[in-house]
Amino acid sequence: MTTVLDPTGERRPAARAPLPRPASLQGRTVGLLDIGKARGDVVLDRLAELLRADGVTVRRYRKPTFARVAPVDLRQEITEQCEVVVEALAD
Amino acid sequence: MQLPDGLVAVVKRDCPTCVLVEPVLRGLGAAVWCQDDPTWFDHDDTALELSYRLGIETVPTLMRVEDGAETARVVGWSRGQWEALAGVAGLGEGLPEHRPGCGSLSVDPTRVDALDARYGSSGLTSRRVELADLEDEHEALFDRGWTDGLPVVPPTPERVVRMLRGTTRDPGEVVAVVPPDLVPCTVEKVAVNAVLAGCLPEHLPVVLAAVEAASAEEFALHGLLATTYFAGPVVVVNGPVATRIGMNSGVNALGQGNRANATIGRALQLVVRNVGRGRPGEVDRATLGNPGKVTFCFAEREQDSPFPPLAADRGVPGDAVTVFAGSGVQPVVDQLSRDPESLARTFAACLRVNAHPKLPMAFDAMLVVSPEHGRVFAAAGWDRARLLAELDGLLRLPAGELVRGAGGMAEGLPPGVAAGEVPKFRPGGLLVAHAGGDAGLFSAIVGGWVAGETGSVPVTREVRA
Repeated sequence: MTTVLDPTGERRPAARAPLPRPASLQGRTVGLLDIGKARGDVVLDRLAELLRADGVTVRRYRKPTFARVAPVDLRQEITEQCEVVVEALAD
Repeated sequence: MQLPDGLVAVVKRDCPTCVLVEPVLRGLGAAVWCQDDPTWFDHDDTALELSYRLGIETVPTLMRVEDGAETARVVGWSRGQWEALAGVAGLGEGLPEHRPGCGSLSVDPTRVDALDARYGSSGLTSRRVELADLEDEHEALFDRGWTDGLPVVPPTPERVVRMLRGTTRDPGEVVAVVPPDLVPCTVEKVAVNAVLAGCLPEHLPVVLAAVEAASAEEFALHGLLATTYFAGPVVVVNGPVATRIGMNSGVNALGQGNRANATIGRALQLVVRNVGRGRPGEVDRATLGNPGKVTFCFAEREQDSPFPPLAADRGVPGDAVTVFAGSGVQPVVDQLSRDPESLARTFAACLRVNAHPKLPMAFDAMLVVSPEHGRVFAAAGWDRARLLAELDGLLRLPAGELVRGAGGMAEGLPPGVAAGEVPKFRPGGLLVAHAGGDAGLFSAIVGGWVAGETGSVPVTREVRA
């Protein structure tokens, strides 16, 4: 029998169930996160327009660069201010 | 194990001195453990546990034990010393006065790693995974998702202990917090993956430095993995360590065939895969990737370089690694330039197309200058700074050529964002190294990734023993 040492980080990330999808966005606050890719703003501008027309409060956010993870403060801000978030990955 | 009070000895039958003193030991009534023949004396130490725990280096070893603790020890045969320890005169009639002993099996180089792993305080804390007898051990490692698609060396505790002899650092020391899962990675975990990759112990310090460098925040390894772009970490090694551990900076330096180059780069990738969980198809979203994502590591050819060592120019003289987010190799051919101005123009023309000829400031690159090209700069007294200054001047691109639609290509800068001339590279976005075989008027461009603050910054770290 061969014994080997585990080469992994030996971590089991805690599984967290996503929140239930809201039945309607009416009257809710939706965050739109632009990750900083070219023309992501085009998608999000149109989305914001459509959401506002449906009576949704829209808040806009932007990552400093798409190449790095969103800063903790930004993630915290979105969590506190929004009920729903849409992340735009565009090229 | 509690030792009996009185005289205790460790012997092996293969040792002529042990055979010589057999009557003396029997006459003294010593409790004797034998390392290679369980039937010779009363006690069996063929597993070598007692020998290991007592730190026996030579057989025979005779000890006095009082209240379970050793109070005196002699090795080999010496009549005077044995008489003094045993408190008995006239021992070993007919034997010579002195006879040196033999090496203990517990310090045999072929066994000591296994003993360290089994009985030692090796400090290994990784989970031990027992492979079933019916499992093929190579298939078992593939099945667990621990390989990069090529076979790996099974990381047995013995091999990991041996690997850890390559560094003076504590196995439990945290080397880096490895993206993307931001897992604190110990020296031990790096050693386990270095075994998988096929490294030798002397390669480990370089792997440790590479892991540290690639995990630095400014290198942006998470983004480098997550990007759809081609790039992965490229490791350039500087300093005497490169020669000492047999790295290749010469013929085929960027290619296959050198164990140190191949396994050090691979070990870094396996740490990212296994410890950080940066796996292709999961966090790694590369559209095409590049073959260098299996391994891409080489030493800079310092001995006849026109440039100071890359790492030294970046503030870390001596043994060091530099990691660069690289995307594969683009050949540069110039067999006619014999003056540095002409050759620099060739380099500039080839560098201009990095990623796209109409995209400036967006992607870094590394230029690997070969010896035959390097000689042209050396003869003219150009160092790295001089060459970079020349290239900077040559790589100022007219904004009109870069705008979207120019040249019949939609790709390019949005109208109005640039006027006049735009530099191709951000300051510091072009690295220059020296490597390759003696012959060939070729150099190489290793295309980079998203540059600088918005992407990855090359990182240099010292290699520590």
